[in-house]
Amino acid sequence: MLSCRQATQLLSESQDRRLDFGERVSVRMHLAICAACRNFGKQLQTLRRGARVFAKSSRQERGD
Amino acid sequence: MQAAPAQAFLSDDAFLLELRRQMTRFATLQLGDAQGAEDAVQEALIGALKNAASFGARAAFKTWVFAILRNKIADALRSRQRAPLALAVEDEDDQRELAALFDERGHWRASEAPTTWADPEGALRATEFWAVFEACLNHLPAKQARAFMMREFVELDADEICASMGVSTSNLHVLLHRARLRLRECLENRWFSAEERRGAPC
Repeated sequence: MLSCRQATQLLSESQDRRLDFGERVSVRMHLAICAACRNFGKQLQTLRRGARVFAKSSRQERGD
Repeated sequence: MQAAPAQAFLSDDAFLLELRRQMTRFATLQLGDAQGAEDAVQEALIGALKNAASFGARAAFKTWVFAILRNKIADALRSRQRAPLALAVEDEDDQRELAALFDERGHWRASEAPTTWADPEGALRATEFWAVFEACLNHLPAKQARAFMMREFVELDADEICASMGVSTSNLHVLLHRARLRLRECLENRWFSAEERRGAPC
């Protein structure tokens, strides 16, 4: 069973490369029992969206 | 026939100065050197102004200028073959930092476990959120920040980033993992849980 530390590492890597089958299964099993890592996974999406909005928009477009 | 509005923003000095300032800030964050940033901004502006007359609206022009700038930055990063950076000191900090987040078995320490973020989409629409976001970016250690920005701002793939930073693939994955851990913690502390605490006594 993955630790949270390993699970978050793989969740992070999944944004940068395709995880192999075994990795995907072990991450899914970990997420099934770990709310904190599920939150981490969702937050990665927000970080990515946020970074892209931040990079592409000007201050005015962000409403500032 | 030239549409009048296309020329209007080009003679608006305040608009052009502000645009240039934003571009320089953006490029400096990613390239880490003022001269390189200045060059990239200059090239992007020259390229953009050549075709500026075909843009009716400022927003479209700005989006396009930033697209050109992002390419210039990517080129500059690619052409830069960095010497591998000394890792020893950062490694030590890294281990200490991980130990603060996870216990010996690798589980989240109770006070560090990610909580549910209420309304992340709303945050992305809030003006004040971007000041927090920027502050959190500025708090990242330099290498983590560079890796994260190349990946998420410039959208280079892992191989390109490894080549330009002179790090291995596994090193890059570690840098990005740490950057994301830090950023999410910073945003959670300063925005997502700060909201709940607003009004509560310190």
